[in-house]
Amino acid sequence: MFKITFLNKIPVLIASCCLPVFFYACKDQDTRTAEETRHSSVSPVEGSEKWPEPNTRLEGIPVYEKFEDLEPVFNFTNDTTYVINFWATWCKPCIKELPYFEEIDSAYKDRKLKVVLVSLDFPDQVETKLVPFVQERNLNSKVVVLLDGKYNDWIDRVSPEWSGAIPATYIYNKNQNKLIGTSFENSSEIKKELNAFL
Amino acid sequence: MRTLFLILALGIFSFSSSDSVLAEQPVVITNSGGIEVGDKAPEFNLKNIDGKMYSFDNIMDANGNKPKGYIVVFTCNTCPYAVANEERLIELHKKYAPKGYPVVAIQPNDPAVQPGDSFQAMKENAKEKGFPFLYLIDEGQEIFPKYGATRTPEVYLVDANRVLRYHGAIDDSPRDPGSVDEKFVEKAIQSMEKGGQPEPASTKAVGCSIKTA
Repeated sequence: MFKITFLNKIPVLIASCCLPVFFYACKDQDTRTAEETRHSSVSPVEGSEKWPEPNTRLEGIPVYEKFEDLEPVFNFTNDTTYVINFWATWCKPCIKELPYFEEIDSAYKDRKLKVVLVSLDFPDQVETKLVPFVQERNLNSKVVVLLDGKYNDWIDRVSPEWSGAIPATYIYNKNQNKLIGTSFENSSEIKKELNAFL
Repeated sequence: MRTLFLILALGIFSFSSSDSVLAEQPVVITNSGGIEVGDKAPEFNLKNIDGKMYSFDNIMDANGNKPKGYIVVFTCNTCPYAVANEERLIELHKKYAPKGYPVVAIQPNDPAVQPGDSFQAMKENAKEKGFPFLYLIDEGQEIFPKYGATRTPEVYLVDANRVLRYHGAIDDSPRDPGSVDEKFVEKAIQSMEKGGQPEPASTKAVGCSIKTA
């Protein structure tokens, strides 16, 4: 019921933002408000975080067709540290470490930190597997879907250190970044990595 | 900092090396072990699904001749990307094993962690899909780290002198065979056939991490 109301609002949100360039700040604000509503939690308004508009949304989950569409998320220059995890529902070690990221997401709620879970699920499994999974697990971290299958074109743009194996986690803020190409065994291991960033 | 290392490395390299061809090769700094294009491919002697042991020395092409190259690919039964590339590997082998480039598949996952990749499961999968190529098991997970492989599927195209000539994905669309624009491995073989160096010499793809205990 709630979701239907939200979905109905999308056209209004988009329409209300189809104004000249100097209203971009307003557009960003609206998008963020919508996302926060979905998470039913309020996070502090962040400086220069212009979250890119997804190509589509499935049950509120933003879906990006091309890496270019999602790329701004890897280049925010605000004070937030982003923990971006690449995963998929069929990837066992990915699923195993998801709770650790959820733990980080809530443990650092008052800090300038954001966990983003980028699903690389196959396009034909987004609706049948990913969406039900996110709903069942009631994931609090931000989940987005990236469908771009031309991997060689964008893996290095995330990090030249990344081989392409998943799970992989890219942590960055405006000052530094690190690619961790292996899975985490517990949340302490993630916290240890975060010490260098926070 | 990395740039500094690179400059230093290049400096030292071109200073100490009298081989101008080598000096022109870009120095790639990696934090994992393994081989780079131009390096000698590590030897192996692994068990095939037929129970026989295979190494570079006794692998032959489709005509029973010494291969001109080996399409070594780390792959498995269980990774969706590996599964999505099975048909492409079969086609590669059918097309290129008669021309001197057989596919040599190596399964690197530890069956204790990934039971679906046990030797028995490999046999069954190969039979079901009709793999025409060798499907070797990396027992003890000793070979894949020597290559520096991190994911399945991951190709190492090795020439007759067992030098790595191309490393990476089979093509530019590992997930969707229908969206392939560039067949990296085929292109690399064609370059080798003409006596040239494959370009690109290395590519990346999303794949499943190799499962170890």
